[in-house]
Amino acid sequence: MRLNPRFTDKFIRGALLFQALFTVSILVFIVFIVFIKGAANITPQFIFSYPEDMGRHGGIFPAILGTVFLAVLSIALATPLGVGTAIYLTEYTKESTLTRIIRFGVESLAGIPSIIYGLFGFIFFVIKLKLGWSLLSGTLTIMIMVLPTIIRTAEEAIKAVPRNLRIVSFSLGATKWETVTKVVLPSAAPGILTGIMLSVGRAVSETAAVIFTMGSSLRLPTSLLDSGRTMAVHFYILAREGISLEKAYATALVLVVSILLINIAAYYTMNKMIGRYS
Amino acid sequence: MANRFFSREHLIKCLLVVAAFSSLLFLFIIFAFILGEGLPLFYKVGVIKIILGFTWAPTKGFFGIFPMIVSSYMVTLGALIFGAPLALGCATYLSEYASRRMKLFLKPALELLAGIPSVVYGFLGVVYIVPLIREYLGGPGFSILATSAVLGIMILPTIISISFDSLMSVPPTYREASIAMGATKWQTICNVVLPAARSGILASFILGMGRAVGETMAVIMVAGNALRIPMSLLDPLRTLTSNIALELAYAAGDHRSALFSTGVVLLIIIMILNFVANFWVKRKVTG
Repeated sequence: MRLNPRFTDKFIRGALLFQALFTVSILVFIVFIVFIKGAANITPQFIFSYPEDMGRHGGIFPAILGTVFLAVLSIALATPLGVGTAIYLTEYTKESTLTRIIRFGVESLAGIPSIIYGLFGFIFFVIKLKLGWSLLSGTLTIMIMVLPTIIRTAEEAIKAVPRNLRIVSFSLGATKWETVTKVVLPSAAPGILTGIMLSVGRAVSETAAVIFTMGSSLRLPTSLLDSGRTMAVHFYILAREGISLEKAYATALVLVVSILLINIAAYYTMNKMIGRYS
Repeated sequence: MANRFFSREHLIKCLLVVAAFSSLLFLFIIFAFILGEGLPLFYKVGVIKIILGFTWAPTKGFFGIFPMIVSSYMVTLGALIFGAPLALGCATYLSEYASRRMKLFLKPALELLAGIPSVVYGFLGVVYIVPLIREYLGGPGFSILATSAVLGIMILPTIISISFDSLMSVPPTYREASIAMGATKWQTICNVVLPAARSGILASFILGMGRAVGETMAVIMVAGNALRIPMSLLDPLRTLTSNIALELAYAAGDHRSALFSTGVVLLIIIMILNFVANFWVKRKVTG
């Protein structure tokens, strides 16, 4: 029997649409479940108080602040390095063996799984440099981990800036660095910002690399050498050790909502960038 | 004046070079320390005894990780079986059928899946997938099947975005020529678009495998972490990544070195996968 090709065409179209909607429904399902089970336990007290009894009672205030500290510090270190790399690769060199080697390094870093970052951070920062399980060890590990994201998005953004802008700037007598800082970077800013926000999202959602470098102390880290835990680590411990399902769901809700907001903001900024030059 | 001007530009260029080389430096010290901690045990115990050894009892001098290599391999393949067809379907719909407005809604939604933390995937796997398998198929529920399903979902965004890009890079003239010859849309996709984007799609599968083999926290939660070779899809298992994460916090001496040896094996697998994926992507650009 031979099917009518037009019928097959319609059928396939429907089947593919179903697949796409099914995949989106996984996202909707995850967000929905976390909301339903977690929303009841979200109170101002949960957000602003300290955990008691390993997290069975009380709130997640130190975990929220721990997440913010880790994300802000690691991205603050990674951004100049990453954007600097992107500027060098796009503005200061031509394609050569050297740039290919640097790009290979960036690609390789991007492919390394987070548990390897955890292993490395543990042996290098925690043990060899004697920084212990600390905010600083976590920050440096996550800084390396998010570097490829920042470099690649910044590179794309800088490449999208029209050549004419640079030529005009040079013709007005500006130096290379003046052109970069006053013309190229402002034009590429939304794209660079997208990479930064995606990196913040990664730092917030990371567990494997954080738990072995920053540790999992329930106290609020007050110095760079204090241990602490992020929301993701806190959620992992609550869920895996079965400490409290209610608190786990509530933590997951705060975690998922913050990550969704960060990613949506990143997407919005990227669209602004695309709108600017195409 | 001119001289000072020159030197400032020069200084900036030097700083940028330093920044650009930092990635290579980081890559180097990561490899140096993982290999430095992990390789000596291979000499001490023997490569064969570690890679093909069946017994993992690190405090008693047995460092066999063969069951974990097999397990990692199986769940990675399982993830691909679950994830690849679904992801390819999504990518095809997005690039060939979706209207502009549909794309504007679908693309960000699919990308948001990548942002969900792996611990959340693992947890929901424990709460929804594991009991389902335990109840209807038997066994403890923590199994290859559960792990593959969770990983299959987690690799969707990777495969979708890379195969979408490669489908979009097929020139529209290919499609127009096929349609002009009387082919239907589906015939065009099957016979023209998908073959033209083949290498990029394969690369997306390989990178998806890289993501699956490196995933840790979600796997720990749903795999059951048993120390033997799984004999059925319903058996619990322990992967290379979970072996590291489960024991790193308290391991010492040779035990700790053995975890780094596990890391070395994992790193080699990842490097091979990335190399193959890069090879395919490059071939697409040149050919």
